[in-house]
Amino acid sequence: MNWLTLLMVLPLIGSVALAVLPKENEKLVKQVALASTLVVMGATIAMAVGFQRDNIELQFVEKYAWIPSFGINYALGVDGLALVLILMSTILAPVVVLAGWNESQGGRWSVKTFYILILVLETMMIGVFAATDVFLFYVIFEAMLIPVYFLIGGYGSGERSAAAVKFLIYSLFGGLMMLASIIALYVMSGAQGGHTFDLAALSQLQMSSMTQNLLFLGFFIAFAIKAPLWPLHTWLPDAAESATPGTSVLLLGVLDKVGTFGMIRYCLTLFPDASKTFTPVILVLAVISIIYGAILAIGQRDLKRLIAFTSISHFGFITLGIFAMTSQGYSGAALYMFNHGFSTAALFLVGGWMISRRGSSTISDFGGLQRITPVMAWMFFLAGMSSLALPGMSSFVSEFLVLVGTFTRYPVHAVIATFGIVLAALYILIPVQKALHGPTTPGNENLSDLNLREKIAIAPVMAIIIVLGFYPAPLLNVINPAATHVIAQLGFSDPAPTSGGK
Amino acid sequence: MTFTAPVLNYTLLSPILILLGGALIGVLVEAFVSKALRSIVQLSLTVGTLVLSLAQVWRIHNETSMSAAMGSVIIDGPAILLQASILIISIISIFLFADTDHFTALAAALPGSEEERHSLETGNQVTEVYPLTLFAISGMMLFPIASDLITLFVALEMLSLPLYLMAGLSRRRRLASQEAALKYFLLGAFSSAFFLFGMAYLYGYSASITYAGIRESVVGGSGNDVLLLIGIAFLSIGLLFKVGAVPFHAWSPDVYQGAPTPITGFMAAATKVAAFGAMLRIYYTVFANAQWSWTPLLSVIAIITMLFGSLVAIAQRDVKRMLAYSSIAHAGFLLAGVIALNKAGLEASIFYLFAYGVATVGAFAVVTLVRDSSGEVTDLNRWKGLGKRSPWVAATFAGFLLAFAGIPLTSGFIGKFSIFSAAYESGAKGVVFAGVLSSAIAAFFYIRVIVLMFFTDATQDGTSVQLPSALTRATLVISIAITIALGVYPAPLLNVISNLSTFIR
Repeated sequence: MNWLTLLMVLPLIGSVALAVLPKENEKLVKQVALASTLVVMGATIAMAVGFQRDNIELQFVEKYAWIPSFGINYALGVDGLALVLILMSTILAPVVVLAGWNESQGGRWSVKTFYILILVLETMMIGVFAATDVFLFYVIFEAMLIPVYFLIGGYGSGERSAAAVKFLIYSLFGGLMMLASIIALYVMSGAQGGHTFDLAALSQLQMSSMTQNLLFLGFFIAFAIKAPLWPLHTWLPDAAESATPGTSVLLLGVLDKVGTFGMIRYCLTLFPDASKTFTPVILVLAVISIIYGAILAIGQRDLKRLIAFTSISHFGFITLGIFAMTSQGYSGAALYMFNHGFSTAALFLVGGWMISRRGSSTISDFGGLQRITPVMAWMFFLAGMSSLALPGMSSFVSEFLVLVGTFTRYPVHAVIATFGIVLAALYILIPVQKALHGPTTPGNENLSDLNLREKIAIAPVMAIIIVLGFYPAPLLNVINPAATHVIAQLGFSDPAPTSGGK
Repeated sequence: MTFTAPVLNYTLLSPILILLGGALIGVLVEAFVSKALRSIVQLSLTVGTLVLSLAQVWRIHNETSMSAAMGSVIIDGPAILLQASILIISIISIFLFADTDHFTALAAALPGSEEERHSLETGNQVTEVYPLTLFAISGMMLFPIASDLITLFVALEMLSLPLYLMAGLSRRRRLASQEAALKYFLLGAFSSAFFLFGMAYLYGYSASITYAGIRESVVGGSGNDVLLLIGIAFLSIGLLFKVGAVPFHAWSPDVYQGAPTPITGFMAAATKVAAFGAMLRIYYTVFANAQWSWTPLLSVIAIITMLFGSLVAIAQRDVKRMLAYSSIAHAGFLLAGVIALNKAGLEASIFYLFAYGVATVGAFAVVTLVRDSSGEVTDLNRWKGLGKRSPWVAATFAGFLLAFAGIPLTSGFIGKFSIFSAAYESGAKGVVFAGVLSSAIAAFFYIRVIVLMFFTDATQDGTSVQLPSALTRATLVISIAITIALGVYPAPLLNVISNLSTFIR
């Protein structure tokens, strides 16, 4: 059974169904959108059950000729990492639809168009993680920009069109750098036994270290823009500030993961030597991102920008874990990607409810919410704790693994990165204190607490955060075999733990 | 002395002969059919002629011949592909000609004169644009299949002269239109002179005017290289002028802007196919062995053309001028395919020409729809909020822009990918890098138009989108369908191109 194609087709069917529905019946449109995303989630879970976790080969493989004259195939397949990310995407989609039930109103276009865009985007989110043909990956990687662009520019607030354009220009620039590298890979494959875009075949190419370095940079720049790494991050706060909370969840939670996923899947696999060459530089950038994102988050007055900067810090951790080249670091990074999706979703969704109730996104406009809207306040508190990686939350496990994995090889980087945790406490606790506690700010007296729909939407997110915090084994069992395999392929073995000073 | 009648293979020449016959009938129609029927008769005649010609191209698609007209033309796979592309693009764009609101009622009358007013009042619309178009198309069909320099030159003039006239036919802003026509004519005449000059040197170099003869001298390498270099340089100027490459591009923004929009669309698309078709044949066959002499120069021109077109387009405030500069940038990308000088480059160029031509016709079809009470509105600032008022038209235009920008799932991406990979394969890495860079720059201004249409609030100034007529709608639907189909599943067309793309020498 072609599971992955099925997953990609289901949201498309939903979007076609939406297209024929009358524009006026917004309620029906939303219900169909929700039903579609729930079906996709169900199908993904059904597929994941059949995943053999000890098998390090790609699974659910499909391959059909697409453009034979260029050796391009429609080729799909997942390993543990891709599976986990697809699972995350398809769980987040219904959450976003349900949580943002009313956020598509007030856009430039109809509610119907909003959900069509969301569903088309979901198809691409699945495809981008499942593609095993570099050309197919690139096509989806670039085509994905279009729905996001219209989601930000059409339904956001404030300087939405400027933010959308900034997002698009940054991404296109990165994409074109990657295209240049892809063309070079394609031409080299032609010279070494036939044109192909098959990832496994391309990873066997012989090339000089100079070429490898240049091509690596083409890919890496594209991914570093996606998963914003300092100094290529400046589009993210603007985009997150302007987009609707639901779009932000998909943007930061899923799309930006394509960047870190790509570093693992493409940079490390295709250019192992260049990856090692650039590791020192990338680790420094990652550490700068951690600290820089955290410090700027502390300084933000706008709730959405604050969350965006916390994400820059978190992406620094993920990159650090990837390039530490240890299996703990890698597992931590993979788990971090999954957890970050949910903790960011929680922050953005609860934050979005606060903002839409108050009509302002300035942190100082809130105050005393703990008394007026206790459930919402608790949810925001929990989301914040997850973001600062409190033990017992799932993000703690991943952050700990990343730091442990980094410390065994790069102790200095790990120690500096640890300061990011201290700063995280500040950037979360300050808004918690300002928004939830203290005297009630005038204008907040009549805010309403979460309704049933919102409670249902946030419940699974919180459940995942807490359950995986205490029991991360199910995910780690899926991720770990792949992690050990990748690290071994790169020619590294984990350094034996040493106790210093002896 | 006895006179031998030339031996002609009429079957192989029939696509062109049909067009010429149709054009001549068109002239008679213009003279004898009543003004009430003229327009519809001309349109059906023209479309019928084009379809018949295309059917004939299809019939001969497996033939190859060096002797169809006493060695003056070559019929081979690329010739068939290019001719078919020209015809398909012409058919799509001819539908736009049906709206007489674009064309002056009486081209011979002076702007603002009594006669002009009279012909407008009486509705005496002349329709000479149809036979002119057919003459131009027959020149375009001959251009890429010519196999000696005289035929090449005749074809060049055959396609150019009607175009000079057609550029001056605009109903509104007639003076600007006539200025464009004059400019096009004068600069075209200059470039023709250079072209002839180059021909003379090539004759001096090889004592032959046939492609085969010159090629033989180039391969032999015994001639005087100075003559060859001068010959190639001047011949190239003539060709580069036609495709609008920098620094021979100065005519294109004014002509694009001044000409009636349907003509601009037709000209931008079909002339490019013809001119690049001829260029590909000349560089791939005649000058292939003198690669050392022209690739460096052409690479520099390609790089400058891409970067210049993309950069200057950013500053444009008029949609037709913007598309003109974008076409300059695209000429640069296409030059990368010429430089590649390998089979992949030939295939990529033919694919690119077809895909770009179709999208260009579609884009100009959208331009014809945006109007106010005094005609077309080409000022981009007045396109604000178009997406709100006419979402379908705006979305279609956005589709063409994304294709120009080379976004995946549009034909433009496959074209760009194939042409850049062919150029990279031949070692022209600098050209590819410049191409990628200018694609990034170009994306900026395409996106700006999308922003204007969708994300900017409309101004109340009477700009509106005219409801497309059935024919314009056909143009739009066909061109956007081809643009997307070639982006999603280009394999069938690529296979056809790959099977046919071999020049015979």
